[in-house]
Amino acid sequence: MYFYTYDGSFEGLLTVVFEAYERKAWPTAIEPEQLAQPSMFGETVRVMTDEGKANRVWLGLKKRLSVSALESLYYTYLWEQSGFERLIFDYARLVFDSPESVEGNYTAPFILQVQQIQKQVHREKHRMEAFVRFQKTADGLYYASISPDFNVLPLIVRHFEKRYADQRWAIYDTSRRDGVYYDLRATNFVRLENPGVTPRQQGKLNTDQYDENETRYQMLWQVYFDHVNIPERKNPKLHLRHIPKRYWKYLSEKQPRLQ
Amino acid sequence: MNDKVIGKLKILADAAKYDVSCSSSGGKRKNDNKGLGNAEGMGICHSYTEDGRCVSLLKILLTNFCIYDCAYCVTRKSNDVQRTAFTVQEVVDLTINFYRRNYIEGLFLSSGIFKNADYTMERLVRVAKKLRQEEKFNGYIHLKTIPGASDELIKEAGLYADRLSVNIELPSEQSLQSLAPEKNYSEILLPMGSIKDQLVQAKEESKLFKATPKFAPAGQSTQLIVGATAESDRQILQLSDQLYKGYNLKRVYYSGYVPVSTDSRLSIITEPPIIRENRIYQADWLMRFYGFDVKEIVDEANPNLDLDIDPKLGWALRNRHFFPVEINTADYEMILRVPGIGVKSAKKIISARRFAPLHFDHLRQMGVVLKRAKYFITCQTKSLQRQDFDSEQLRRRILFGEGSVRSALLTQQLDLFQRAG
Repeated sequence: MYFYTYDGSFEGLLTVVFEAYERKAWPTAIEPEQLAQPSMFGETVRVMTDEGKANRVWLGLKKRLSVSALESLYYTYLWEQSGFERLIFDYARLVFDSPESVEGNYTAPFILQVQQIQKQVHREKHRMEAFVRFQKTADGLYYASISPDFNVLPLIVRHFEKRYADQRWAIYDTSRRDGVYYDLRATNFVRLENPGVTPRQQGKLNTDQYDENETRYQMLWQVYFDHVNIPERKNPKLHLRHIPKRYWKYLSEKQPRLQ
Repeated sequence: MNDKVIGKLKILADAAKYDVSCSSSGGKRKNDNKGLGNAEGMGICHSYTEDGRCVSLLKILLTNFCIYDCAYCVTRKSNDVQRTAFTVQEVVDLTINFYRRNYIEGLFLSSGIFKNADYTMERLVRVAKKLRQEEKFNGYIHLKTIPGASDELIKEAGLYADRLSVNIELPSEQSLQSLAPEKNYSEILLPMGSIKDQLVQAKEESKLFKATPKFAPAGQSTQLIVGATAESDRQILQLSDQLYKGYNLKRVYYSGYVPVSTDSRLSIITEPPIIRENRIYQADWLMRFYGFDVKEIVDEANPNLDLDIDPKLGWALRNRHFFPVEINTADYEMILRVPGIGVKSAKKIISARRFAPLHFDHLRQMGVVLKRAKYFITCQTKSLQRQDFDSEQLRRRILFGEGSVRSALLTQQLDLFQRAG
């Protein structure tokens, strides 16, 4: 039995794949170092992330997989649910050990599962692109906070960069304490140890940090939302299917009416 | 707080909401001028109303003053409602500020007709022009084309807008004449035809010259009201078919009539025909994405869609001789015709069966919904169901049998009928 630990990065995980092939020692479990429990049985392999090795694994996968299948593997990493490391490993092993392409073989459990995870993560990404609400601060920054089910922040950056090229904006993931900041030239990941906002405030800035027109536009948006509705067609079930309650915290139109 | 704009927004959003289109997809406008917005990809619904409709665009009228008196329209001249109008700048400010906060994908601007068609159209164009040229706005713009507006204005509108639409309003010329005496089909079809020609021309030119200015890259659409007049579903779907084929429309939207008027020219209804509208949309989808001909969906013997079951199931029950379909060998087109199997499932099936013969368990794991499909398919010649039900028995089994519940919508509507009765 071989227990692999790694530093939690995607490159680290790819290095694990490399090491396992090097030793022909297939992992019983793969875990981030800080979470790993020392085991009485079997051997623990501490893998140090090695960019060169990670790259070789990635290039190997690239030769055998389409761009969208590669993307699915990365999405599985961002999925973060228990067992994702093993799944990525098993998928990679299936790819390397099969003489022919395995892509689209939904009769193989790993392939189907990765495809389903891709769908889940993609949906969350799309929801964040839809439900993020920026609030303009007095110094002209458009700020939003999120706490997505999966770690989709790296996936939504491109979308917002293209869309808001002419305004400074920041999105902060309150549950992972990671943020991105676009300064009109480039977007950088920032880890805020003491952001102006605590997670408990659920992403709302204090109103004294607002731009002078911020409240007005939030209010106009609420007015619009109320008046675009057709009461004769009310359909709460459909409404909730589209915006499950856990997303309401982002939406200014779902907050108490401003006066 | 600027109460004036709030008051206007209430009135002019209220008046615009019966226009159902909220699509923001199909635009190809990239943000390559370091401006604001990007409309290349697929559409995004930023919110949903309590009636479950997508909110993607700021959908408003420029004004609800109107010289026309169309019986079905809340903005008709004779209706006693408060009238107001936005200035061009007010619409621009709302659009930009909503967009910057990620509330919307763009603007859907329509209008009541003040003075005349050209006067109104000119203002709509001015809003779009200002957004594109002064604000460097690359988000989505959908402009309503006012019937009777000049060709030059429509052409200019197409330069700034991603989508143009002219509403056909009602499913037959006769209905239009009785309910909207100032309008007629030829006046509506004329701009539709001219937009089509422009679209074709722009496409041809872009093949020759790279820098051809874009013309309404997301195409044109139209809308008609269902249930205000007596047309059958067959008449409605035939009209849509003609519009798709003859005018290259991207979409025909169907708006279940919400009684906004007690005008004696209208059918008397108390509830919007939500289920009927839904069935018509399903039929429309079958024509556009599932390879169905309109004649297969409705014909002389079945001029109206079955409200209880979807039109694909309806077709399958009338055409049992095509079934069962063997999942492991049938063509994609035929798998797509199996009730309950959609485009995604059909593609997965085609992909997976290259590797191994498929069983029902594979289908379940792939997420194929078998509730209806199981009556119409075999996997390696095995079936999950005895296949000897007649169509009427099948219909009943699918609707009521085996714990299958009717859609919440249907139950809701039936409750309403009972209450009304």
